[in-house]
Amino acid sequence: MAAPTMPKQNSAQRPLRPKSRELPFPLNLYQTAVGKKWVMAVTGIILLGFVISHMVGNLKLYIGVVEHNGELDYDANVYGEFLREILVPILPRTVFLWIIRGVLIAAFALHIHAMYALTLMNQASNKVYTSKRDWLAANYASRSMRYSGVIVLVYLVFHLADLTWGWIPGYDFERGHVQENVVGSLSNPVVAAVYIVANVLLSIHIFHGAYSMFQSLGVNNPSYNAIRRHLATALALIVLVGNVSFPIAVLAGIINADALS
Amino acid sequence: MLPDSKIPAGPMADKWDNHKFDIKLVNPANKRKFKVIVVGTGLAGASAAATLGELGYDVHAFTFHDSPRRAHSIAAQGGINAAKNYRNDGDSVYRLFYDTVKGGDYRSREANVYRLAQVSVDIIDQMAAQGVPFAREYGGLLDNRSFGGAQVSRTFYARGQTGQQLLLGAYQQMMRQVDVGKVQLHTNQEMLDVVVKDGHACGIVTRDLTNGDVRSHSAHAVVLATGGYGNVFYLSTNAMACNVTAAWRAHRKGAYFANPCYTQIHPTCIPVSDEFQSKLTLMSESLRNDGRIWVPRSPDESRAGNDVPEADRYYYLEEKYPAFGNLVPRDVASRNAKTVVDQGMGVGPLKNGVYLDFSEAVGRDGRDVIEAKYGNLFQMYERITGEDPYVLPMRIYPATHYTMGGLWVDYNLMTSIPGLYSTGESNFSDHGANRLGASALMQGLADGYFVLPYTIGDYLAPQLGQDPVSTDDPAFQAAEKGVNDQINHFLSIGGTKSPDYFHRELGKLVWDYIGMARNQNGLEKAITEIRALRDEFWKDVRVLGENETLNSSLEKAGRVADFFELGELMARDALDRRESCGGHFREESQTEENEALRDDENFAHVSAWEWNGEDSPQTKHAEDLQFEEVKLTQRSYK
Amino acid sequence: MSQSLNLTLNVWRQAGPEANGHFETYQANDIPTDASFLEMLDVVNEQLIEKGELPIEFPHDCREGICGTCGMMINGRAHGPEKGTATCQLHMRKFSDGDVIAIEPWRAVAFPVVRDLVVDRSPLDKIIEAGGYVSAPTGTAADANETPIPKEVADSAMDAAACIGCGACVAACPNSAAQLFTSAKVWHLNSLPQGQPERFRRAEAMVETMEQFFGSCTNHGECTEACPKEIPQDFIAYMNRDYVKSKVVNRKVASQS
Ligand SMILES: Cc1cc2nc3c(=O)[nH]c(=O)nc-3n(C[C@H](O)[C@H](O)[C@H](O)COP(=O)(O)OP(=O)(O)OC[C@H]3O[C@@H](n4cnc5c(N)ncnc54)[C@H](O)[C@@H]3O)c2cc1C
Ligand code: HEM
Ligand code: HEM
Ligand code: SF4
Ligand code: F3S
Ligand code: FES
Repeated sequence: MAAPTMPKQNSAQRPLRPKSRELPFPLNLYQTAVGKKWVMAVTGIILLGFVISHMVGNLKLYIGVVEHNGELDYDANVYGEFLREILVPILPRTVFLWIIRGVLIAAFALHIHAMYALTLMNQASNKVYTSKRDWLAANYASRSMRYSGVIVLVYLVFHLADLTWGWIPGYDFERGHVQENVVGSLSNPVVAAVYIVANVLLSIHIFHGAYSMFQSLGVNNPSYNAIRRHLATALALIVLVGNVSFPIAVLAGIINADALS
Repeated sequence: MLPDSKIPAGPMADKWDNHKFDIKLVNPANKRKFKVIVVGTGLAGASAAATLGELGYDVHAFTFHDSPRRAHSIAAQGGINAAKNYRNDGDSVYRLFYDTVKGGDYRSREANVYRLAQVSVDIIDQMAAQGVPFAREYGGLLDNRSFGGAQVSRTFYARGQTGQQLLLGAYQQMMRQVDVGKVQLHTNQEMLDVVVKDGHACGIVTRDLTNGDVRSHSAHAVVLATGGYGNVFYLSTNAMACNVTAAWRAHRKGAYFANPCYTQIHPTCIPVSDEFQSKLTLMSESLRNDGRIWVPRSPDESRAGNDVPEADRYYYLEEKYPAFGNLVPRDVASRNAKTVVDQGMGVGPLKNGVYLDFSEAVGRDGRDVIEAKYGNLFQMYERITGEDPYVLPMRIYPATHYTMGGLWVDYNLMTSIPGLYSTGESNFSDHGANRLGASALMQGLADGYFVLPYTIGDYLAPQLGQDPVSTDDPAFQAAEKGVNDQINHFLSIGGTKSPDYFHRELGKLVWDYIGMARNQNGLEKAITEIRALRDEFWKDVRVLGENETLNSSLEKAGRVADFFELGELMARDALDRRESCGGHFREESQTEENEALRDDENFAHVSAWEWNGEDSPQTKHAEDLQFEEVKLTQRSYK
Repeated sequence: MSQSLNLTLNVWRQAGPEANGHFETYQANDIPTDASFLEMLDVVNEQLIEKGELPIEFPHDCREGICGTCGMMINGRAHGPEKGTATCQLHMRKFSDGDVIAIEPWRAVAFPVVRDLVVDRSPLDKIIEAGGYVSAPTGTAADANETPIPKEVADSAMDAAACIGCGACVAACPNSAAQLFTSAKVWHLNSLPQGQPERFRRAEAMVETMEQFFGSCTNHGECTEACPKEIPQDFIAYMNRDYVKSKVVNRKVASQS
């Protein structure tokens, strides 16, 4: 049974996913997991930026009525109007807002596609243990990213239908009347509950995400690494407190639309 | 009769250069036509495979490990010597050469040792260029330490993991050749026979440890870089898988086995703690720089080590060797530990160790200094023994560590079978009767990087145009049959005791009779008792399971079988060498201060043993050692 | 000092790569606390052989925590309960009488079981093969002291080079990612002057080979916890950085940046 010398078949000869042809820059970055993670981090930062500023903007709900070009209106509505007016007359009305929206939509799309691709890759590579695992570092947040993410996505669709398109029955939606809409919508305890749950999960998502993104981007320097964890925790807390406060404040009547009605 | 050792003529300093000029070369374009098998991917094997691949040969590297990076070289801690003289403390190629010959108790070949010292310098450059993270000083230059009682600081190191870093360097260099297709790597393949045709080595037979597949591989030349045989003692600092099988099967095919009785016992290891003990752990030699070695004066001392008052402590090394004290060479330190333990003064639950005490050093330099120097070692000790060496003195005892003996090779590192080479610890060259600390890594890399790749050409060049012998050749068929027969035989014995049981029993015999001190009766006893145990082994060993899957008992059985034959030869060699030298201490031959007493009249030679078949003992061939440079003196460390 | 323990072991037995495995329960009695975990398995095996049963195949060699051969999941932890310790360096005094210990092989699609607790880790070598080296052919080297390397840099490279290739990082990672192993080698070589010429080529080749076999890192940090050499996660970030650069930086002008 003499046979010619030949390397024996072992796991190294059976790659799970043989290397595919490399696409031109910058597409080649997105071909690999490390590249995808980099994209996730960048889009993550964009989304973070949006969530934070969106929250800050929404704080105007607390201000209530202000005087605007001679007449009284809710500050939140004024703000909503302001968003549509940015860069007018350089650009026509809402164009700038649509640019922002474009960026956001793209960020969401990439972020979600990357997460989808990586999830498949990891599930294909991993074999689960039969005996019970004893986690030492992985926390609830890091292990539930894909679920918290999906829930945020679902919430987002609901949220747009609710406050942007006004498809959710239960109150009479009026475009541009942000304060009335929010109060109308969130005074329904069920809707408020949805908002609270979703935003708690978003905070959990950010708790790991905002730390993880530094590693994915290779932003690491032993002299300031300690800060990264704290920063992520802080961001998560800010979003948590800020966003969860709105539904509660509405239910408690602190945010209301009584002033002009 | 013994082949010519091919030592070049001319002055010592020029021998190697002249030789490189005189030997035949293979033209670069022709190198790819030559197939070379390298068995073993430790320092010696990986460096050879990498370099041969770079030169353009068609290299096939084999290891029984699942990865080349597992080779036992990985375990080396202390460091590697080189005559760089970066410390400007008077080191030189000549001094390293001199120290090595003297350290080897004048039982090594001057020419080989001189070459070793010469190329030691290139090794450090080569490894640094590969990115080996040697220890450095703040100025960014390489750091050195003095090691094993050397008078100069010539030892380079990478924390306590020098062997690991050097092996990874050689391994990575080899993997680069695997990547470009010049080296074919065969892992999990245990070599079980060398194939010899018309007196020339033409290939090997291997067994795939994962699926029992027995295969033949042919080549123009075969290199064995398969390590040492320290595990014949069962308990040693060697990795569990280290064995003599490759070298021994070569010996059975006609390769002479030289100086098997030269084994090195390392003085500072953690003593045996229970009967399940599977291996012994080395505590770096550097500990002797700060630790004081002692035992209680009274055999029935019952107090804990730290409670014994000064008056009742016996600092035996400091008392006997005022000049060198605790830093006497390995063999001296080891033998003295044995003496006091045999006199019943041993310490620890089994009274089988001596104290290595740091309390004074801690008092003198403070705990931080000691921690900075030995922190990781102390931690390892505590992990294994559960005792805190900052509180209780460490317990140590000698253990088998290295084997100077091995396959006989000439100046070209070719064994007595043409076309079969041996490098690294598996050959006998360079260390004589005792190896200096930090010189084995040096030798493995010297052989693999800078010697073999040149000398092998001398044998290959004339074969240009010839294909390797076909693996269908009767010679291969016969070898394969032999291997298969042995496997089937083991599986069919159906005895009552595991291969490990026999290994353990053999180890006890070898340790008791062929260990630190040897004498006529003991050695004769050893031969008969090893024989008896071996017969029992062949009748009563139990190997369960089948050949077609991973079967460690089956692997072990084959290795133990070879250890039996080796153990017997060790005893015969030790019996024949009626002198003491280096690691070989014959009680009949000692000075009145119980120092090893050489007999240069009758024993200034290498004993190379030739296999004569199972039932008739090996015949000895003596290679006389000429000393042109170094004059023989009696070692004394008083 | 050395007491003895009676333990119940649930050990994964699997006859071969294709066979399907199961947990088998064994009693390990009178195990001295001074014994190492592997010596405990030796004892069990001796008893099995006595009874004519096949011994448990488990990976091991140096038993000094340096060769990287040993490794198994012990009660849900890679290399067992003691931090920074390879299985072979784990001693029984870490357990107490009556403990039930589950022992399972490394799990990852790239690490198929060979038998019982032994797995095939060859993809790790493949990653090194792809670029885990400095191209310095024998004989080409200049004097070692011609390239001074700041002590801190050499030490950091050594921290990375300490990896023993055991694969515990992969085994512990919920995604079976080999990021810690790969980044350790990338950082070892990319942080040293000798590694600069091939720096980006190396990062690119090693990462892309790694991804042919393993999952992706989502920064769980289990790997570092399991690592017997406690290789820090920081190296993963450095590798990610060099990888992205390898795509962005034009190597013709790399020396400029
Ligand atoms: C604990 C310890 C510490 C040490 N410290 C030092 C030190 O500080 N300084 C120093 O200079 N030296 C030291 N040494 C000695 C030194 O490490 C070894 O002598 C040297 O590494 C041997 O290298 P090698 O390449 O010859 O063999 P090894 O590294 O043992 O390699 C043997 C190779 O051969 C393969 N092999 C063996 N048999 C077969 C077979 N039948 N089929 C296929 N493959 C086979 C193995 O798989 C392995 O790849 C130490 C040794 C020990 C045990
Ligand atoms: C309780 C917390 C929140 C409140 C009260 C809130 C309120 C609002 C309101 C009133 C609008 C409509 C603004 C307008 O039409 O001018 C809006 C739009 C939007 N919200 Fe929220 N929001 C909350 C949380 C979130 C979160 C967590 C996300 C993202 C995950 C989000 C994403 C969006 C988006 C994408 C729009 C559309 C913006 C646009 O029209 O361009 N919101 N939100
Ligand atoms: C506005 C909402 C969101 C914000 C602020 C956000 C933010 C982040 C950030 C900063 C990261 C870290 C990226 C990295 O580690 O490189 C991240 C990761 C992740 N996000 Fe989001 N994300 C949001 C929405 C989503 C959505 C909608 C999904 C899925 C449907 C999602 C799925 C994930 C997943 C699975 C990860 C883990 C990636 C990883 O760690 O490898 N995220 N997110
Ligand atoms: S990084 Fe740590 S866990 Fe991973 S292989 Fe290296 S030593 Fe093992
Ligand atoms: S556990 Fe896995 S996810 Fe990354 S940080 Fe370690 S590789
Ligand atoms: S057996 Fe070598 S590391 Fe555990």
